[in-house]
Amino acid sequence: MWRDALLVAGKDLRIEGSSKVALNQVGPYSVVVLLLFGFAFDQDRPLLTEAAPGLFWIAVLFSAVLAVQRSFALETSDGAVDRLRLSRLEPAGIFLGKAAAVAVQLLLLEGLLALGVVVLFHARLAGAALLGASALVATAGIAAAGVAYAALSMGLRVRETLLPLLLAPVLAPIVLASTEAWRSALGVSTGDGWRWLGLLGGFAAIYLAGGVLSFGALMEET
Amino acid sequence: MSQERVRTWASAARSGRPARAARLTQVLGWAALVTLGLTTWWGLWVSPPDVVQGQYVRMLYVHPAVATMCYAGFGLCALASVAWLWPRLRSPRWDRLAVAGAEVGAVFCGATLVTGSIWGRASWGVWWTWDARLTLTAILFALSLGYLALRRAIDDPHSRALVSAMVALLMALTVVVDHYATSWFVTLHQGETLLTPDPTVHGWQLATMLMSFVAFGSLFAWMVAHRYRLELLEDRYDAEGYTSALAARRAEGQAPPEPVAPGRAAPGQPAPEPATTAGAPGGPPSKVEVRVS
Repeated sequence: MWRDALLVAGKDLRIEGSSKVALNQVGPYSVVVLLLFGFAFDQDRPLLTEAAPGLFWIAVLFSAVLAVQRSFALETSDGAVDRLRLSRLEPAGIFLGKAAAVAVQLLLLEGLLALGVVVLFHARLAGAALLGASALVATAGIAAAGVAYAALSMGLRVRETLLPLLLAPVLAPIVLASTEAWRSALGVSTGDGWRWLGLLGGFAAIYLAGGVLSFGALMEET
Repeated sequence: MSQERVRTWASAARSGRPARAARLTQVLGWAALVTLGLTTWWGLWVSPPDVVQGQYVRMLYVHPAVATMCYAGFGLCALASVAWLWPRLRSPRWDRLAVAGAEVGAVFCGATLVTGSIWGRASWGVWWTWDARLTLTAILFALSLGYLALRRAIDDPHSRALVSAMVALLMALTVVVDHYATSWFVTLHQGETLLTPDPTVHGWQLATMLMSFVAFGSLFAWMVAHRYRLELLEDRYDAEGYTSALAARRAEGQAPPEPVAPGRAAPGQPAPEPATTAGAPGGPPSKVEVRVS
C-alpha cells in the first residue's frame, strides 16, 4: 500500500511539475482571494490583522477545492481512471498517494499565503510549533476529505458544482479548528490552541480512515 | 447498471405494500393533527408564562421537539445506511428509509434553525450568534443539502445507495458532535431541560412540552412513512416500466411478423404496420427504451 501511495503521489507531482497548473493558476488565485479580502474589509488594518488566521484558512479552502478538482481532472481525461482501476495498485494506496500529492501542493500554497498575510495584513507570525503542527494536521485532513469527495463525484455530470457543495460543510470543522489554533498561536485569542489541534487531529484521522476504507468502493462505483 | 442489479431492485420494489403504507400514513397524519392541535391549545392558552422568560417560553413547545426530530431524521438515515452497507442486511428498503430520514431530517433541521433564530432574538437580542451548537447545526443543514443533491446526481440505484450511505455516516458523526457541543465547548445555548435528574420545567409547561414531542414525533413519522411510500412507488414505476419493455421485446421475438413484402397485403388483409421497437399503441406504457439488435 505504501509503495503504491508513493508511486501515485510521485506521478501526480511529476504531472504538476511539468504542467505547473498549481504554480501558474491556483497560487495566483489564492493571492487574489487575499487581496479581495483586503478590499472587502476596506483596508482596515487592525481588523485585517485580527481576522488574518480565518482569512488565511478560507483562502486555503478555496484553493483546496481547485487542487482536488485538478487532481481528478487528470484521471478523468482520456480514460486514465479506467487504467488506474485496472492497474494492480491498492485502492488505499491510490487514495493515500493522491491525498499526499494534494497535501504537498497545499503546503507550498500555504507558505505563499502565509507570506501574503504577513505582507498584506501585517500579521506577526509567532508560536511556530503550534502554527506548523496545526497547518500540517489541517492540510492532511483537507487533502483526505477533498480526495475522498472528489472520487465520489468524479463520474457525475454535475461534479464541478456538486464538489464545492459537498466539500465546504465537511471542511468547515477543520477551518474552524485550524483558525482557532492559529488565533491562539498568533496571540489574537487567549484560547488553548493545543486543544484545537487535538480536535483537528481527530477530524483528520476520521477523514483519512474513511478514505482508506471507502476509496476502493468509490473507484468501482463512480 | 447491470441487468442483475436492475432485477434485484425491480423485485424488491414489487414486493412492497403501498396500500398498507397508505393506511399507516392516514393514521399517523390524524394523530399528528390532533396532537399538534392539543399542543397549540395548551401552549398558547393553558400553559402559564414563565417567571424569567415571560411569554417567550412558549417557544419551548416548538423548538426542542423540532430539533429532536432533526436528530431523529439524520439518525434514521445513518442507521438505515449502516444496514444497507452491511452485506447480510443489504436491501433497497434501507436505502429508501435512509433518503426518507435525510429528507425529513433536512426539513426539521431548517425549521430548527428558523425557530432557534426567533427564540435567540427574543432571549439574546440577536437573530444569530456564532455559538458552537448553532454553527454545527448550520453545517449539518448544509451537509444534508449536499447529501440530497448527491442522490439526485446519481442515476444508478446501487451506486446511489452506496455513495450516499458513506456520506450519511459522516453526517451522523456531525450529529453526535452537534449534540454534545453544549458540554464540549463554551456555549450560550441552553443545556438539557428534560433529561436531567432535576428537570427545570413542571406542571402544564412540562405536560405541554411532552405533548409537543408526541405531536412532532407523529408528524415526523407521518412524513417519513409518506416519503418512504413515494420512494417505493417510484421504484415500482421504474421496475414495471422495465418489465413491460422486456415483455414487449419478448413478444416481438415469439410472434415474428408475417413475411409479407412491404406495401403488399394478402387478399382481404390490411397492409402490415411498420415494426416498432417497444410496446404497442394502446399497450402498457414503456419507460425503458429497448434497442433492437
